[in-house]
Amino acid sequence: MTAMLHGGTYGTARPGASAFSHWLSDGWITTRRNLIKIKRVPDILVFTTLQPIMFVLLFTYIYSGVINIPGSSYKEFIMAGIFAQTVVFGSTYSGSAMAQDLKDGIIDRFRSLPMSPSAVLVGRTNGDLLINVISMIVMMMTGLIVGWRVRSSFLEAVAAVGLLLLFAYALSWVMAFLGMLVRSPEVINNVSFLVLFPLTFISNAFVPSETLPTPLRIFAEYNPVTALVQAARQLFGNIPPGSPVSDVWTQRYPIITVLIGIVVMLMIFVPLSVRKFKQISTR
Amino acid sequence: MAFIEASGLTKTYTPRGAKPVHALDGLDLAVPQGTVTALLGPNGAGKTTTVKVLTTLIRPEAGTAVIDGIDVIRHPERIRPIIGVSGQYAAVDENLTGFENLDMVGRLYHLGASASRMRARELIGLFGLTEAANRPVKGFSGGMRRRIDLAGALVTRPKVLFLDEPTTGLDPQGRLDMWDIITTLVGEGTTVLLTTQYLEEADRLADSISVIDEGSVIAQGTADELKASIGGQRVEINLVSSDDSIAAQEILTRFGSAEPTVSGDGRELTVKAADAPDALQRILAEFGERGIHLYDAGMRRPTLDDVFLRLTGHVAEEEPAEEESAAEPGGKKSGDKRDKRDRREKAERKAS
Repeated sequence: MTAMLHGGTYGTARPGASAFSHWLSDGWITTRRNLIKIKRVPDILVFTTLQPIMFVLLFTYIYSGVINIPGSSYKEFIMAGIFAQTVVFGSTYSGSAMAQDLKDGIIDRFRSLPMSPSAVLVGRTNGDLLINVISMIVMMMTGLIVGWRVRSSFLEAVAAVGLLLLFAYALSWVMAFLGMLVRSPEVINNVSFLVLFPLTFISNAFVPSETLPTPLRIFAEYNPVTALVQAARQLFGNIPPGSPVSDVWTQRYPIITVLIGIVVMLMIFVPLSVRKFKQISTR
Repeated sequence: MAFIEASGLTKTYTPRGAKPVHALDGLDLAVPQGTVTALLGPNGAGKTTTVKVLTTLIRPEAGTAVIDGIDVIRHPERIRPIIGVSGQYAAVDENLTGFENLDMVGRLYHLGASASRMRARELIGLFGLTEAANRPVKGFSGGMRRRIDLAGALVTRPKVLFLDEPTTGLDPQGRLDMWDIITTLVGEGTTVLLTTQYLEEADRLADSISVIDEGSVIAQGTADELKASIGGQRVEINLVSSDDSIAAQEILTRFGSAEPTVSGDGRELTVKAADAPDALQRILAEFGERGIHLYDAGMRRPTLDDVFLRLTGHVAEEEPAEEESAAEPGGKKSGDKRDKRDRREKAERKAS
């Protein structure tokens, strides 16, 4: 056991590399860390693939006989709702993972390294994004098998998927911030469940919002999830022509609403999370 | 100027709904280059907070800290490339293998892909981590995790190494292994600041010990200096019955050179004595005349335990008269100890 320090091949940082290339490299290294985790902890992958399949099957077969969508089928109607709910829940891993990393002390290790302060968060939110990409592929395939159809163009469908993923990505930054604030993976999991379940159900995701009792309908109309579902539905061409259109602005222009939501979330929570990260430490 | 120099570090935490905790209360510290300094103190003394300030993890409210001429608080980004940190909780990613953990750290130090891999392989060999190289860390013992974590702190050539309670929670064999590793590192001339609650560890690994309590350094010196600072030998007796405690105390006071200390049950008494063998003989003779029965009696030199207990207040509070005189011979003892005790006493009086 000699020459632990003063021997060997290691050296100092390579000179000449720019801050930007460091940032890219740091972001990639921390992303890779999360990808390895997805690979090594199979329950995440099983959950992210089985749960959407289960949802698609449950909702399409249980409710399609009960809920009538004029001019369309419930299967066509429900898919955008399931997409939205799944990606929204998929964005919560960042919250519990940041809290867990903080608890385990590995945040202290990262913070003592000369790495970019945003890298851990970039890697973390990229991990969620990948999980959501996998979920989206699985859900769309299952949907196509049970009879869901894209009735718009290919590009519009791509835009719909992009919008869903971007919204969830922005939400991952919000969750990452909350994870660092709350510091307990259990609490963040339970709280996000308590908040996100009503948020996704009191919306137009599973039933047309017009059918809800008034207070819930008003909540649903302004609910950002409703805008997301509406935007996805519109882009997939799953809104039958002649359907009633709500007067609420966010419903009439759902795509712009969602885009604004994404930008606002990112503009607030990226700097806020990075600032928080620069101050946190275990205990 | 010393390699690591901290002065007047102050950090207060305010837990929700509780009184503020002064984690650091004007802490001063100087670590010369190429030496090992141990920060010795009980739980909650401020050891980890000190390390966190010096490793750029938290900002103190007041005070300055400089490592190798660089201001830690103003330029944390210039400190991070020159330090290595191994914390109390092995900061490794459980889902990564030993190799992947070390490789990741190398990449985040911006060593480049091939250099990181080479260094990771090298450290796996040096630290005897072959078993953990290609398996996720999750399945390994605490000792193995610590070694991976310590190896992570050595991925680059750190000018200074911070080891926060490197052996806390390890089994005896794990502790011995860790001591071997640290001894080797020290032999290579690295500047090390380590924290510990174990006197034996400080005694064995450190050139200099800073005793820390309630957020400030209350004494500093080598293990020998600290032991010498509380004076010569002690006579220790163990009574059969606590009924004899008062009489025994009176006798010990007569033959000792200071007030005796008495254990909680009144049966263990210790007194400092200028000429311990002579004092022990006289004490035993007197005990014989008075018919006081003993389990055990003997002499011993002061240990770091005595220093520790004295300085951190537990014993000192029972024998305030002795404290001043005991503080003199050591020479290097920090002068603010007395002040600190006074402050604490004042605070207690206020509280009551």
